[in-house]
Amino acid sequence: MRGVMAVAIKELRQIRRDRRSLLILLFIPVFFLFLYGYALNFDIRHVTMAIEDRDHTAESRALVAAFVQSAYFDRVATVDNDEQVDALMNRGETRALLVIPEGFTRRIFRGEPVDVQVVLNGDNANTATTVLGYVNGVLTEASVKLGGPVRASSVGVTPRVWYNPELRSALFLVPGLIAYIATISAVVSTSLSIVREKENGTIEQIRMAPISTLSYILGKTIPYLILAEISAFLIVLAAMAMFGLPMRGDWGTLFLVLTAFLVGGLGTGLLVSTISDTQQTALQTSMLLAFLPVFMLSGFIFPIASMPVFLQRVTTVVPAKYFLIALRGVVLKGLGLQDVLMPLLALTIFAVAVVGLSALRLARR
Amino acid sequence: MRMRRVAVLIHKEFLELRQTPHLLVLLLVAPIIQLFLLGYAATTDVQHVPIVVVDADRSSRSRELIERFAGSTHFKIVADETDSHAIDGYLALGKAWLALVIPAGLEAALEQGGPPVQTNVQILADGSDANSSGIALAYAAGLVRDYNGELMAAKGLRVSPMNVSVRVLFNPELVSRDFMVPGVLAMLLLVVTANLSSMAIVRERELGTLEQLSVTPLTRWELMLGKLLPYGLIGLIDAVLVVLVAVFWFRVPFQGSVLVLFLATLPYLLCTLSLGLFVSTISHTQQQAMLTAIFFFLVPMIYLSGFTFPIENMPVIIQWVTYLIPLRYFLVIVRGVFLKGIGLDVLWPQFLALIAWGTGMLTLAALRSTKRV
Repeated sequence: MRGVMAVAIKELRQIRRDRRSLLILLFIPVFFLFLYGYALNFDIRHVTMAIEDRDHTAESRALVAAFVQSAYFDRVATVDNDEQVDALMNRGETRALLVIPEGFTRRIFRGEPVDVQVVLNGDNANTATTVLGYVNGVLTEASVKLGGPVRASSVGVTPRVWYNPELRSALFLVPGLIAYIATISAVVSTSLSIVREKENGTIEQIRMAPISTLSYILGKTIPYLILAEISAFLIVLAAMAMFGLPMRGDWGTLFLVLTAFLVGGLGTGLLVSTISDTQQTALQTSMLLAFLPVFMLSGFIFPIASMPVFLQRVTTVVPAKYFLIALRGVVLKGLGLQDVLMPLLALTIFAVAVVGLSALRLARR
Repeated sequence: MRMRRVAVLIHKEFLELRQTPHLLVLLLVAPIIQLFLLGYAATTDVQHVPIVVVDADRSSRSRELIERFAGSTHFKIVADETDSHAIDGYLALGKAWLALVIPAGLEAALEQGGPPVQTNVQILADGSDANSSGIALAYAAGLVRDYNGELMAAKGLRVSPMNVSVRVLFNPELVSRDFMVPGVLAMLLLVVTANLSSMAIVRERELGTLEQLSVTPLTRWELMLGKLLPYGLIGLIDAVLVVLVAVFWFRVPFQGSVLVLFLATLPYLLCTLSLGLFVSTISHTQQQAMLTAIFFFLVPMIYLSGFTFPIENMPVIIQWVTYLIPLRYFLVIVRGVFLKGIGLDVLWPQFLALIAWGTGMLTLAALRSTKRV
């Protein structure tokens, strides 16, 4: 125990000397949560739209107005020909084009079907899909006004969203940001701190000291565990204050889930430090083993269910995936400890495996 | 400036790299791995969305509607329940994202001869994954609307007087990957080269070898060039590898010219390398350099540049800030060359922006750096 304390105190002293790193680890995450929470969302407004109205009647203008007055579209240009459209699309100045053909009103009054064309800029597939949804919505409403009363019984839809009724991206992104930032803190700090000793040569001195490998590991990682826990709680509190992130579950379960995830992250950092000789290598390896899975394979931004099957299998070994399930479950759905046992178990298994592997590798040297 | 001295420095840098084979392998292999993963994972198209069905009507009409969902690749029906209370378990535990609730009396309402009445089915969505749920919800609503349209058509009625035809430019299949992969090129170059160059000089400072360099007849500019060129070269090699994999493995369309892409990569590398250089002039240890580079520059740049999150959605103030991010301009160039086939005539503003940014940052770094420790 005394060995652990000694190493931990030395580490704390070194951390305190590097004030900038300490501040970055503790407070910058909160600042960036603020920045990203406001800047990043998938909700799309003010879609730029160009209009080509070849009919110029009251009804065609009413259709145009239906688009422009909706919250989704902004009219940026009125065009007369295809070249103008190409130029606008190439330069990215417009995302959508509405073409109303000549004879629009005449055909509607005669009860004949009329062809309306919509051209979308598909370079951003995600945006385009959503814009398509908006277009359909506006057109459905407009056709009700144009088409008259419904003449037979029909089927409709009532959509209802649970846990996040306004589908606010922030509530879905914030847990992911927490995972991302926590991973950076845990993995990078630990891996760098040990590799730094290797680079400076001070690791030889440690080896000559009468401390066991286990004490060394514990002493090195406990300070960073504490730092990461503080940082993570600051982020959660900030998210509640700034974005109205609800807390529908209980804090104890949240703490357990967070700790299991952080220990796994620290263990990954340890493992990285055993296979890296320089800090540069440690960084690039951490990027590959830690950041990449959190960003791409955890379900943070890209849904796992949509990935090819082989990749879905790979995600079973990504701890961030279970962390997000548990975190979103506790915070947004009010799940209790018994409901998140599965992800919690997965996180614990991962943490034990990674720390054990590192201990084995460190002891052998 | 003597190029011979710079050449010696470059040689030394490569020698050191060769002594850490792990790093060299990582630098060349990691971007490819990342590209592979991103190419397969980065899709915002929703497929196989797990949906639980609660059919209180149990009629042939309700079965017809459910068939539409079963037959669509966008959905995967995970359970067929009769009691709507069962939904809690599925949505709360993430076993299903959506629930389709068909009320009793649907068929009766549709077949009855009296005044027309609309019966609504409920679609419940798990909003904790707002992005995917929103898209899945839109698909589901679309399926129900289509079914309604078929019912009307069978009776000889039209739901809407308008036929809408939709044409999508540049990416007709709306494949997310074609949009994401060129972006990955930009992101990878930034992350690899900026981190490398930021740590390279600080490493010498930490190890104490910077002092030795300062007593040589090297000038400040020669030292910077000697440090940056090796990593620029590695960046270029990575870029070539990534483009090859993107075009030949993922079959991302490449409509534009290779020359334009190559010409654009050069000022972009200037930006990323000089950024790393600048970070190294304000950091005392490698850990500081790395944390500063990542938290203050790389992560904000990746998130705010339009790589995954559209800039149009951001608050106006932040949109102004994005004009300061070189990644933003390079993304426009890369996506334009890959998907739209446009050239310098359209992209010259972005080129200029990159060159200006890079030169500015390089000068800033040069002003701040001294050969001394």
